[in-house]
Amino acid sequence: MAEMTLSEARVKTSARLEWVLIAIGIVGLLAAPFFIYPIFMMKMLCFALFACAFNLLLGYTGLLSFGHAAFFGGAAYFTAHAIKVWGLPPEVGILVGLVGAALLGLVMGFFAIRRQGIYFAMITLALSQMFFFFCVQAPFTGGEDGLQGVPRGMLFGLVDLHVPLNIYYFVLGVFLIGVFAIWRIVNSPFGMILRSIRENENRATSLGYSVANYKLAAFVMSAALSGLAGSLKAIVFQFATLTDVAWQMSGEVILMALLGGIGTMVGPIIGAGLVVGLQNSLATSDFPVTIATGLIFMVCVLIFRRGIVGELYARVLNPGGSDKG
Amino acid sequence: MTMIFGIPVQAFLGQLLVGLINGSFYAMLSLGLAIIFGLLRVINFAHGAQYMLGAFVGYLLLVHLGIGYWPALIIAPIIVGIFGIVIERLALSKLYDIDPLYGLLFTFGLALVIEGVFRYYYGVSGNPYSVPALLAGGTNLGFMFLPNYRGWVVVASLAVCLGTWFAIEKTRLGAYLRAATENPRLVQAFGVNVPLLLTLTYGLGSALAGLAGILAAPVYQVSPLMGSNLIIVVFAVVVVGGMGSIMGAIVTGYMLGLAEGLTKVFYPEASSIVIFVIMAIVLLVRPAGLFGKDA
Repeated sequence: MAEMTLSEARVKTSARLEWVLIAIGIVGLLAAPFFIYPIFMMKMLCFALFACAFNLLLGYTGLLSFGHAAFFGGAAYFTAHAIKVWGLPPEVGILVGLVGAALLGLVMGFFAIRRQGIYFAMITLALSQMFFFFCVQAPFTGGEDGLQGVPRGMLFGLVDLHVPLNIYYFVLGVFLIGVFAIWRIVNSPFGMILRSIRENENRATSLGYSVANYKLAAFVMSAALSGLAGSLKAIVFQFATLTDVAWQMSGEVILMALLGGIGTMVGPIIGAGLVVGLQNSLATSDFPVTIATGLIFMVCVLIFRRGIVGELYARVLNPGGSDKG
Repeated sequence: MTMIFGIPVQAFLGQLLVGLINGSFYAMLSLGLAIIFGLLRVINFAHGAQYMLGAFVGYLLLVHLGIGYWPALIIAPIIVGIFGIVIERLALSKLYDIDPLYGLLFTFGLALVIEGVFRYYYGVSGNPYSVPALLAGGTNLGFMFLPNYRGWVVVASLAVCLGTWFAIEKTRLGAYLRAATENPRLVQAFGVNVPLLLTLTYGLGSALAGLAGILAAPVYQVSPLMGSNLIIVVFAVVVVGGMGSIMGAIVTGYMLGLAEGLTKVFYPEASSIVIFVIMAIVLLVRPAGLFGKDA
């Protein structure tokens, strides 16, 4: 891995660069609603959190899930249902979504970690497709119509989330907490074990780690945090639909992580921003989004596998270093 | 009316036939996936898109050039196969040395592009492709009415599957292919042109998908989305069967098609998920898949 081969000075530069970027980023996000359409910003934040949560699994555990839409869209349904039908306040609704996604992750992970690599990807895809068909038929999702007109409600009974700035800073707060949680997980002893599994599963096993349990734990955490993102999205847009559970959504989040940089903290956020921005700008044009998405996928895989942030690290901090592919 | 398990026998056999037809396509597609994966270590996500491409080539040949079903049955797979060869040469061949997941991601992107292009020009609604005159109508088998074309699909797909199996297991070229699957370097050292073999394999796999597509055109409607939903089911089929054996892929394809048909008779609500449920059960009982060798 690049981190280990960098000299100490470079590690320091890297750390400093990261902190500067993070500081600029947070200031930018705090100021953003005064310059950019808040709904668009909130959409970006939701997807950024989703991409970070996905990256926890792909980037730090080395598991490519092709089924993360189930957690994102599933949590959106759970939250929307809890708030709209059960009349729960938004913070409890989000909790319902998060716990629901975690349980879903537990079930899907239980089956998926039985196989590795490419099979893991196919199994997660198949299981999420099964969940999609379930959502099509289950009464609580509203079928093709989805759940619409979900009230945003009063946060802790105090803050009216229908006020644009209130909801924006709420979403930003949850986003920052979520990303911080991922950062903590990644940099904890637990996270180190996940990385060792990514680098060499057999060696991790021989060191005495029960790889299956660690994988499952990472899968559940990733699912729960993806669910958090989905719950937020349901509250922001006030609806939950089949689009969020469809396999295309699983592809989108992969693209976000890949484009920004798999295995970097900032990469998926930037990737999510770019993908959402691209979708927004294409929405008004004639050019189909799927073609653009597919082309970026192909280009990324062929010549840009480290992603934007990964390339940046490699070029700026490790010039002339070996290509890790 | 004769009943079987409380279901009219006609309805029962009808659904079984639908299951058999679906199973034919699962078998042909998972066979192609297994062949490609065996040698290239790439899961071809674009397989569904290539299937759709086969159907569309047939449709466009008919609409624009007036070329009918029978010539299209030859031309469509060749065109899709050539398309596959170009893709392999230009892109996939650059990805063999890295993690196989990148091959999956690349072909996923490719599938999105192909599908997007066809959606852009032809919309999402299906285009009917009529059954060739020779196979129009049906035959009364006494116990049920069999549309001739559907019978032909079952026979043709069986022939294709068995033919492919024979070519791989019993011919010299197939022996090279199997040897290269086991140990590509050694086979190359013996003077076999392995890169060419890889290219041809991907071409063959794509052509199989294209052939399945043109066979499917008169059964289902020709639509840009016909491949993407199918491919996910085929992935589940491949997980159930394990990609270690050609025959395993074929048998699993038919079996799961029939299982789906049976579910439609007894519990229609579950018919769209039954294959995934079977996949989950197989993962519990036999994680390597029914015919799989690798864990």
